[in-house]
Amino acid sequence: MAQTDDQGHSPPEGDWRREYWRRNLRLMVILLSIWFIVPFGGGVLFVEQLNQVSFGGYPLGFWIAQQGSIYTFLILILIYAVRMDRLDDKFGVSERDEEGQRR
Amino acid sequence: MSNIQIWTLTFIVLSFAVYIFIAWRSRVAETKGFYVAGQGIPTVANGAAIAADWMSAASFISMAGLIAFLGSDGSIYLMGWTGGYVLLALLIAPYLRKWGRFTVPEFVGDRYSELVRTVAAAAAVIISFTYVVGQMNGGGIVFSRFLNIDINGGVVIAAAIIFTYAVLGGMKGITWTQVAQYTVLIIAYLIPAFAVAQAVTGIAIPQISFGQILDELNALSTEFGLDRYTEAFTARPMIDIFLVTLTLMIGTAGLPHVIIRFYTTKTVRGSRYSAFWALLFIGLLYTTAPAVGAFTKFNLLEGVQGRTVDQLPQWIENWRATGLVTINPDATTIESVSNSADAGADLTVNNDILVLASPEIAGLPAPIVGLVAAGGMAAAMSTAAGLLLVISSSVSHDFYFRRFRKHAHDRERLLVGRIAMAGAVVVAVIAGINPPAFVAQVVAFAFGMAASSFFPAIVLGIFWKRCNAKGAAAGMITGLALTIAYMIYTLEVFGTPENEHILDISPEAIGAIGAAVNFIVAIVVSKLTSPPPKHLEELVENLRYPAERRTVPTTGSSGNSTGEEA
Repeated sequence: MAQTDDQGHSPPEGDWRREYWRRNLRLMVILLSIWFIVPFGGGVLFVEQLNQVSFGGYPLGFWIAQQGSIYTFLILILIYAVRMDRLDDKFGVSERDEEGQRR
Repeated sequence: MSNIQIWTLTFIVLSFAVYIFIAWRSRVAETKGFYVAGQGIPTVANGAAIAADWMSAASFISMAGLIAFLGSDGSIYLMGWTGGYVLLALLIAPYLRKWGRFTVPEFVGDRYSELVRTVAAAAAVIISFTYVVGQMNGGGIVFSRFLNIDINGGVVIAAAIIFTYAVLGGMKGITWTQVAQYTVLIIAYLIPAFAVAQAVTGIAIPQISFGQILDELNALSTEFGLDRYTEAFTARPMIDIFLVTLTLMIGTAGLPHVIIRFYTTKTVRGSRYSAFWALLFIGLLYTTAPAVGAFTKFNLLEGVQGRTVDQLPQWIENWRATGLVTINPDATTIESVSNSADAGADLTVNNDILVLASPEIAGLPAPIVGLVAAGGMAAAMSTAAGLLLVISSSVSHDFYFRRFRKHAHDRERLLVGRIAMAGAVVVAVIAGINPPAFVAQVVAFAFGMAASSFFPAIVLGIFWKRCNAKGAAAGMITGLALTIAYMIYTLEVFGTPENEHILDISPEAIGAIGAAVNFIVAIVVSKLTSPPPKHLEELVENLRYPAERRTVPTTGSSGNSTGEEA
């Protein structure tokens, strides 16, 4: 579904655009893979195997399903927001006022 | 009036007074204020408003109770109702904020066509309406138990308050009220949870301490003829757990009342951080809920273990009046406990009361019981208000003004927005008084519909320039039709006979399949038909970059850019 081709832009203009979008998509795909693997792998598909392991009083699979995945989601969003701030700045597309302060 | 009633009344009147005060302070005079709060909400406040908007009567009142009886399989709600925020933050929020208009149907309408806009507006109204009914009813339960007001009276009182601030202040009033409501509901949820955790384990942080009672809880559950608490797949088979969780996640990211909350931030960057703050605020309750479920079940089972019917704790007597706790007339000692009346257990406890009753079950003082009641009301009202805004904006902004009054003035638009809001409140009251099924169940269906209609259309609209109007319309219609058809096929609620689940897939799980069908149909149909016009490709291209490119890079040149990121 994620297609990155940018038709109809002259090369110098199109280059940074393509590069910015490619980096955004790469970050997104990595984070979404973790988003999928932790709850569905640890909390559903392999929950019974992981429950054999004890984690601070909790069966590990049970803990991932009822606590761990929520912490994972939170960290993923934070990583995305921080990394995108850097990416936006790097490509000069962050939202700033005339003095260069964040809006 | 009992001590508990006096405290409940005090907290409810106080919190309602705050909401009305905020509403008066944030009344609006233009449509931008009414629909998107003038795009001026600070990030952290927006996060709190999203959290209150999101956490409904189902989250606050029903969820911990559901988890208490589902045990390990209750994780579907915990993972499902939080995982969607990752999708929102990465796939939807920043792009729709960049586009920067008023409603969700407006985005798909501008991106695709008028037909898609109308389908989307209709879907937004149906989804939000399904969802609002549960809120009204949840509010009614709080009133009826704590103040001995009849459920219908409770629904009308709650609606009158929402009416005041939603009609006066629109999105701006709703947002600032939601910030206050989040504060009320999270305090009301956490205080009893911490107190119960401290009382049972000696460690006050429930997230850490509920692990300590799981072994005992497993043993107690077995004794009462229930499944072991931490055993997976006792309530639902694995494939169903997988698909329900996925449906709730995708549905979260497709719910119009959640998506529009990201339109109100000041910047694109703000919308990303809003998602973070929102999930942090939501996570506070969602990581506490499984602990509340486990502790309450533990206290409940331990409290009735081996007791004869006339020796039962006082809270059971208090709640029997609502009909939500029943004792089998043939029972002498309590030997089995269930949440379903059909099970014929000695003691039947409805899911919906466990959170509201948890302070009483743990024997906490009356002010805390009153606070929990006010928290339940805050959760129900904040979500209802967000939903009512979607209903009114879909009807007025996306339908009436698109079809009949294309060139209306701002004053007329604001007036019609307010009239639509008033109408939506009245309809919600009527439906809240005659609810179709119990609270969380109703909400679950809204997710299936949102997952199978909006999410694919929006994501394709942002990430695939080639997706065209025919593809999106065909995808939405087939996805939605499949989902609704399967719900009607498997559920009696709609007056049709109940059929067997196909491949163990429950009606709550069908949304994920509906979404997949929507994606496939949209892609195939788009490929077979002509590409969208040039100006739409440019619209999509522009969504990708938060701001116009500056020739001088900011990194390094501005002293506080790195400081802010730390």
